[in-house]
Amino acid sequence: MSLLEFLQTYGSLIVSGTWVTVIQFLLAVVVAILAALTAGLGKLSKNVLIRGVAITYIEIFRGTSLLVQLFWLFYVLPLFGITLDKFTAGFLSVGLNIGSYGAEIVRGSIQAVPRGQYEAAYALSMSPARRMRRIILPQALVLMLPPWGNLLIELLKGTALVALISVADLMFQTRQINASTFLSAQAFGTALIIYYILARFLITPFMRWLERVMARRLGRA
Amino acid sequence: MDLSDYPLELPEGDRPMVRFMNVTKRYGTLTVLDRLDLDVAEGEMVTVIGPSGSGKTTVLRMLMTLETINGGVIYVDGKPLTHMEKGGKLVPANERYLRKARSSIGMCFQHFNLFPHMTALQNCMEGPVQVLGMSKSEARARSEELLEMVGMIDKKDQHPSRLSGGQQQRVAIARALAMRPKVMLFDEVTSALDPEVIGEVTNVIRQLVAEHNLTMLMVTHQMGFARDISDRICFFYQGKIEEEGPPEQLFETPQKERTQQFLSAVKDAG
Ligand SMILES: Nc1ncnc2c1ncn2[C@@H]1O[C@H](COP(=O)(O)OP(=O)(O)OP(=O)(O)O)[C@@H](O)[C@H]1O
Ligand SMILES: [Mg+2]
Repeated sequence: MSLLEFLQTYGSLIVSGTWVTVIQFLLAVVVAILAALTAGLGKLSKNVLIRGVAITYIEIFRGTSLLVQLFWLFYVLPLFGITLDKFTAGFLSVGLNIGSYGAEIVRGSIQAVPRGQYEAAYALSMSPARRMRRIILPQALVLMLPPWGNLLIELLKGTALVALISVADLMFQTRQINASTFLSAQAFGTALIIYYILARFLITPFMRWLERVMARRLGRA
Repeated sequence: MDLSDYPLELPEGDRPMVRFMNVTKRYGTLTVLDRLDLDVAEGEMVTVIGPSGSGKTTVLRMLMTLETINGGVIYVDGKPLTHMEKGGKLVPANERYLRKARSSIGMCFQHFNLFPHMTALQNCMEGPVQVLGMSKSEARARSEELLEMVGMIDKKDQHPSRLSGGQQQRVAIARALAMRPKVMLFDEVTSALDPEVIGEVTNVIRQLVAEHNLTMLMVTHQMGFARDISDRICFFYQGKIEEEGPPEQLFETPQKERTQQFLSAVKDAG
């Protein structure tokens, strides 16, 4: 079967899988950003309890495998009375996993903002929260964009694992097609190309664009 | 001296704009300020000079409450700055009290520290809008007036990265003034500048001295400038005021040997 015939026959399944992958990706990005900001700021908190929670989260999610986290959220949490549908468990675990790496980026870039910026904001009598929101975070954001670009590609790759709890994403559909037709080369070849296109022609250019926009806001472009 | 020995407020008739009373600052085992007493009267321009590491910057940073205090009390306009009253006694001030107390103090830094993600105008409006709760139009009017005064009105929509050092420092002065401080602090504001633009900044400060009744405390290595505009010079040595007096007296007839050594060393160098 040629690739063209293959696509004609299974195209709609692949499109629907790709769509699910994109949705999983977008939702996981939201989770990852929120988790990373919360934990990144939490790790810098003076409050021992907040810092402890943030460090625990970061350690657990960075120190164990995404697949195990996915199975925990989907298979083990119900034993504690928290049942998540597979779709939610999917993007949640991918988002939380990547968020733990993102937290270190957030913390690092906040600390990389020159101390003089903090002092100038302090000298204007700004409260700690306002200093963070108005002065430090906007500058930290510019510093964190390049590493986040890489992380989002990791996140996209990570979403492929949700197929293992039967979320009907691109990987899931590809495996189904492969199981029923044994057209491994065509099936996995197509998946490979789609993942590559999503990463290189959507995520990367988008992040580059964002970097340029932010640079312009600093008057640098 | 115990904290309960310090007055809750300075008495009427003895209220300089700034009073350092017995102020001590230590970093670990290093004592940087050693029971310092220093008054600055309202409208007075005092310049602090002295060798590197003598504690000049520390004096300004203590007054901006950027550093914690290890002993003594600083008063501004008669009221404690570093401490607050609790049960009829002074205790170290909390974040909230400090925020209010330091709003009467403005500071300009050696490296300007303008906010890079804001234009010159936005830099000036930030404090009035965000901290003083002023309306945008009011803050804009005030900021534009100040940018006009420092000669930066035609660059008001530029980001700091597009401005020269001298221009950035002038915007930084306008930004600090926009908060209407009672006391202005200048820490070597010309040290990071190319020689040809130093005059832009010193002229702004000269103008402030001439036309406004601001209380100012300045650290500089430019002895000629200090001499021109200061009401009083304090020579610091190892965290203490070794000698102080009117500029003519201190520069012409220094009494202490260390002052003489320092001044002749500076003269030889520049
Ligand atoms: N954060 C800090 N931690 C430890 N030591 C410090 C710190 N800040 C300043 N010091 C020390 O305190 C002393 C006084 O420093 P300060 O910056 O006030 O000196 P200065 O008179 O402004 O000197 P310069 O002319 O070099 O600016 C120096 O010995 C310095 O090394
Ligand atoms: Mg200094």
